[in-house]
Amino acid sequence: MPGVTLEAVTKRFAGGAVAVDELSLEIADGEFMILVGSSGCGKTTALRMIAGLETPTSGTIQIGDRVVNEVSARDRDIAMVFQNYALYPHMTVARNLGYPLRQRRMPRGEVARRVSEVAEMLGLEELMKRRPGQLSGGQRQRVAMGRALVREPEVFLLDEPLSNLDAKLRVQMRAALKRLHGRLGVTTVYVTHDQVEAMTLGDRIAVISDGKLQQLGAPQEVYDRPANVFVAGFIGSPPMNLLRGRVRDGSAVAGDLVVPVPGVPDGDVYVGVRPESLTPPRNGMPSLGFEVAVVEPLGDEVIVHGFVGAELVGVSADEGDAALVAANGHRAEAVACLPPRDRPAEGSTIQLGVEPEEVHLFDAETGLAIARG
Amino acid sequence: MSVQPAVSVPERFPRLPDAQPSPRRARLPFSAWHLLLAPVAAIMLVPLVWMVIVSLETRQQATSFPPQLIPSSIHLGNYSAAWNAVPFGQFFVNSLIYSLATVAGNLLFCSLAAYAFARIRFFGREVLFVVLLATLMVPFQVILIPTFLIVKKLGLVDTLGGLIMPNLCSAFGIFMLRQFFRTLPIELEEAARIDGTSRLGILFKIVLPLSLPALATLGIIQFMWSWNDFLWPLIIIDSQKHAPLQLGLSQLQGAHFTQWNLLMAGTVMSQIPMLAVFLLAQRWFIRSVAFTGIK
Repeated sequence: MPGVTLEAVTKRFAGGAVAVDELSLEIADGEFMILVGSSGCGKTTALRMIAGLETPTSGTIQIGDRVVNEVSARDRDIAMVFQNYALYPHMTVARNLGYPLRQRRMPRGEVARRVSEVAEMLGLEELMKRRPGQLSGGQRQRVAMGRALVREPEVFLLDEPLSNLDAKLRVQMRAALKRLHGRLGVTTVYVTHDQVEAMTLGDRIAVISDGKLQQLGAPQEVYDRPANVFVAGFIGSPPMNLLRGRVRDGSAVAGDLVVPVPGVPDGDVYVGVRPESLTPPRNGMPSLGFEVAVVEPLGDEVIVHGFVGAELVGVSADEGDAALVAANGHRAEAVACLPPRDRPAEGSTIQLGVEPEEVHLFDAETGLAIARG
Repeated sequence: MSVQPAVSVPERFPRLPDAQPSPRRARLPFSAWHLLLAPVAAIMLVPLVWMVIVSLETRQQATSFPPQLIPSSIHLGNYSAAWNAVPFGQFFVNSLIYSLATVAGNLLFCSLAAYAFARIRFFGREVLFVVLLATLMVPFQVILIPTFLIVKKLGLVDTLGGLIMPNLCSAFGIFMLRQFFRTLPIELEEAARIDGTSRLGILFKIVLPLSLPALATLGIIQFMWSWNDFLWPLIIIDSQKHAPLQLGLSQLQGAHFTQWNLLMAGTVMSQIPMLAVFLLAQRWFIRSVAFTGIK
């Protein structure tokens, strides 16, 4: 199984719009790589370039040792699952599954063997005679997976394959996908805008915004140490609270939150605190006043929406870039995730604390994370 | 370890209760539009009915004035007389060859060109397409003579080949199929590309099977057009041996004297295949008019 290497790949569309900007990415052999970003960030274009459906404007794409820029899609030995599945509506499930093999002039017996193998693996035996129009969303999704798997490709490309499923089915298919990858070990590139899928499925995730790679790393690493404000706001649900603040004499101050940050030079910063890092304060913990507006009990935790006395930095994921929006003067919206026993009353003001090491600092000018000692 | 089937999804949504019927009012058992459309339909039927009536009359009855709308006796003999007056069977076969060949040619060549216009990016595509559309506005009478000269140079005057060749592909067919091809999801073609299908393979294995409604429409329109075509056969065909029906029937119409009853009997017979096609493919027919806005 070969890996996939993108080197300074750029895609500029005819209108001049740059969809992918100097993207470099090394996907190891057998790795499950997630390209994650908001819609229109270029992740799907990147995938389509790997598939051979788009030609890069510049840069090189390698599959294994082979530069494939000039290689047509069918000769790249890749398989792709499309967001809308792209099942051939006029063929039965069995014919859909066998189609890529028949196109490669595989002997009939071998086609039948592989099709039934894949059908069994994905639980499609009962559906073989139906047409795509007679299948439910989840079944179609499995057929699409099957059609990609049946060829035993070297690289497996998935473009938001779960986005058309309902929530429950999505969770099940997510687990199924992970098991499948564990079993087959095929190099996989998976595009999603759903950061839960990104976190749960990927060996590594590449966060993309505005056609540029924002951060590349293991999911936990990206979550624990976001490289910049965009990643901080994008990965994690609910998103990280980002407050405008400044560092003075080894302390970061944002509203009434004062966090000791020894060794960090003075200057304007964004102070990032994940909702799940906020807890009822224990002794000596830095804390801030939190005005409770709405409480959403989820059973295992409660999500508390409210306001803190600081200036908010909104990271607009919808606009696909790290647009920084200051809002509401000195009263910022914030979110906290608390255990159910600490459920506050709506309308009350509570104190919430945070461990100093769980506070993220970003340079206010560049948006980049500030290393802490 | 095998991957479990993700879930069993309920195949159907629960049935919703039917919408409550609106409070009863005095209602016609048909749409009000029918009050207008039924008389119009009746007017349209008059020539057809008259054609059938005349085909059953004697020569005297057919030419009498005022026209005799209810024949006193029925003369089915007109049909055999018309059949024998001219080589009707030969005309029929010629028409069938002409129509089927042009239908086949249009389906094939228009598909190829339409697919290129719909999906392949090439230099000058848009300009070429506009030029193609512009040719739709040129009446056949204008290109009649050049077309004849080309066919003559090819040595095809008074042959079925000469009759068929200029009608093997049409700008209208290309335009119609292109519009249809563009409505098909591009992902299907991309998936087929990844699955190892060539351009031509995509057209024949994916695009055309999904375009049956459009192909049927084009086929019917072309069949009707070729079957009823008179002008081009008149120009290119001299001999009775190669004449299609409409041209052959005109032989029943003399310069000084026309046997109207025989002509109408021949015309009724000539329209039977059209009627059959219409009845068999009524659905596509209606769609085609709705789809193209052209009849």
